[in-house]
Amino acid sequence: MNAKTADKIATGVIYCLVGIVVLILVFLIGFILWTGLPYVSWDFLTGSANAMGGSGGIGDQLFNSFYLLLLTLLISFPIALGAAIYLSEYAKQNWFTDLIRITIEVLSSLPSVVVGLFGFLLFVIQFKLGFSIISGAIALTFFNLPILTRNIENSLQDVPNLQREAGMSLGLSKWRTVIKVVLPVALPGILTGIILSAGRVFGEAAALIYTAGQSSPSINYGDWNPLNPTSPLNIFRPAETLAVHIWKINSEGVMPNANQISAGTSAVLIIAILLFNFLARWLGGRLYRRITASK
Amino acid sequence: MEPIKQELTKKSRAAKQDQRGQLIAGLSIVLIMLVVLSILYMITSRGLATFTQDHISVVDFFTKTVWNPGSLGKNGQPLVGALPMIIGSFMVTVLAALLATPFAVATAVFMSEIANKRGQKILQPVIELLVGIPSVVYGFIGLVVVVPITRHFFGGTGFGILSGTFVLFVMILPTITSMYIDSLKAVPRFYREASLALGATRWQTLYKVIVRSSISGLLTAIIFGMARAFGEALAVQMVIGNAALMPDGLLTPAATLTSVLTTGIGNTVMGTLPNNALWTLALILLFMSLFFNLITRYIGRKGELK
Repeated sequence: MNAKTADKIATGVIYCLVGIVVLILVFLIGFILWTGLPYVSWDFLTGSANAMGGSGGIGDQLFNSFYLLLLTLLISFPIALGAAIYLSEYAKQNWFTDLIRITIEVLSSLPSVVVGLFGFLLFVIQFKLGFSIISGAIALTFFNLPILTRNIENSLQDVPNLQREAGMSLGLSKWRTVIKVVLPVALPGILTGIILSAGRVFGEAAALIYTAGQSSPSINYGDWNPLNPTSPLNIFRPAETLAVHIWKINSEGVMPNANQISAGTSAVLIIAILLFNFLARWLGGRLYRRITASK
Repeated sequence: MEPIKQELTKKSRAAKQDQRGQLIAGLSIVLIMLVVLSILYMITSRGLATFTQDHISVVDFFTKTVWNPGSLGKNGQPLVGALPMIIGSFMVTVLAALLATPFAVATAVFMSEIANKRGQKILQPVIELLVGIPSVVYGFIGLVVVVPITRHFFGGTGFGILSGTFVLFVMILPTITSMYIDSLKAVPRFYREASLALGATRWQTLYKVIVRSSISGLLTAIIFGMARAFGEALAVQMVIGNAALMPDGLLTPAATLTSVLTTGIGNTVMGTLPNNALWTLALILLFMSLFFNLITRYIGRKGELK
């Protein structure tokens, strides 16, 4: 075969394979939205799940998902920020730094079910917290930490050294240079990283089924005292999230309309994650222009 | 003289602040390392209990094919043979990787070598979105789309290793693709220029120069994809059928380590043998994830030397 024909055939094959990949995504998104959206209504979004009675809303799950996400970010962001600052600004090139990096990589490659089981062992059983939001948030923190740390570290690394030198030459200490000069410049990247990791946390289920639990006791949205057992803010109550809800109704299968509810919930989940993605893109670009004053 | 001396030898406020800052940053690192260590320690000690407390033979655990920890076998020993799940896990992982690699390579090559700016602008979000779709959603689609299709075309119940493979294929495709794109970008531009200047066509340049010089990156990407497939729990659990039997072909219900874990942990009592056996499965998972990590590290180092 002549080289030109081979080139044409190969290019054709590559185009085909890429086309299939794009079609798969279009099908996935299309399928979820097509089957799920007709089922999404205000009642669905605010109603509470009723396993035995046919109809079921996802109001509690929606709230739990966002609440868990917020708590997870509150716990993991400061730790990830500290770790990233250490790795990017203070760590020297030696075996200890290598060890730290390996540890973080190991944490990021652990299957989420193992992280969830560890959370179950330590918080649910050892610390006797039971299936609770706080156990779930800490398990998600373990899951989120390595990704967030790497994102923040990359954003810090992207800041030109000139900025650090300028800060130092003004007589600022290293710490103040980092906090007052480097961090603000890296902020757009850091924010994008947070939002993207939020998308992953939002859809995670395997780490949650044995930490935050698979049930959603009735919540009284009029009661905002975090210490009351029915208050939505109580961190010691079990809380089922959207992703866990999908898994549970599909593997238990007691609901007559499990498929519709899963489709609707999937659609809500996908839309939330699409929004996270767009938000990250938009905010990143906007902040970047703001800070660098470029068009 | 005294006050000046004191001022010179005492730490300034800025220096103290700097130290405190470094301490805080260092503490975060220590915290992360503690977490990893305690995960390793706790899963290991729990996982070994099957062998140390319940005196199950290690060889039996890895070679016997009947998994029914609640009951005793003929020899009076509990039936804990984990081989079906181990094989199930490896089969879905390897098959998914085999299926995903051609697509991932084509997409990565297309994005970094063939497509113009506009093509890249379309494909980049496609990859990111595929990464972003939660695994339960993949599982749900597997349940309502892939399983019926498999049943229709290949027969059987539709639940089984084949369906698990299809679901995992879509899940690891973006992982392999995006990692491989990064290593394609690291191939120096003059490799391409030299090859094209010699009169090679684009395809010849691709497979004789570019793919060959980025082969270690490709291997790393595939291993990463396999690690993800091996550890994936819920999506696989929803479509594989959850029967802890030796896989008899690709179309009969089977089980993976993760699927047995997610369905079993809630139904067993802490400290009993059925529970301990499950923790041993978790230990295998942990161990495999460390192993995958080690391989990528090894390949990375080999690739560097060239």
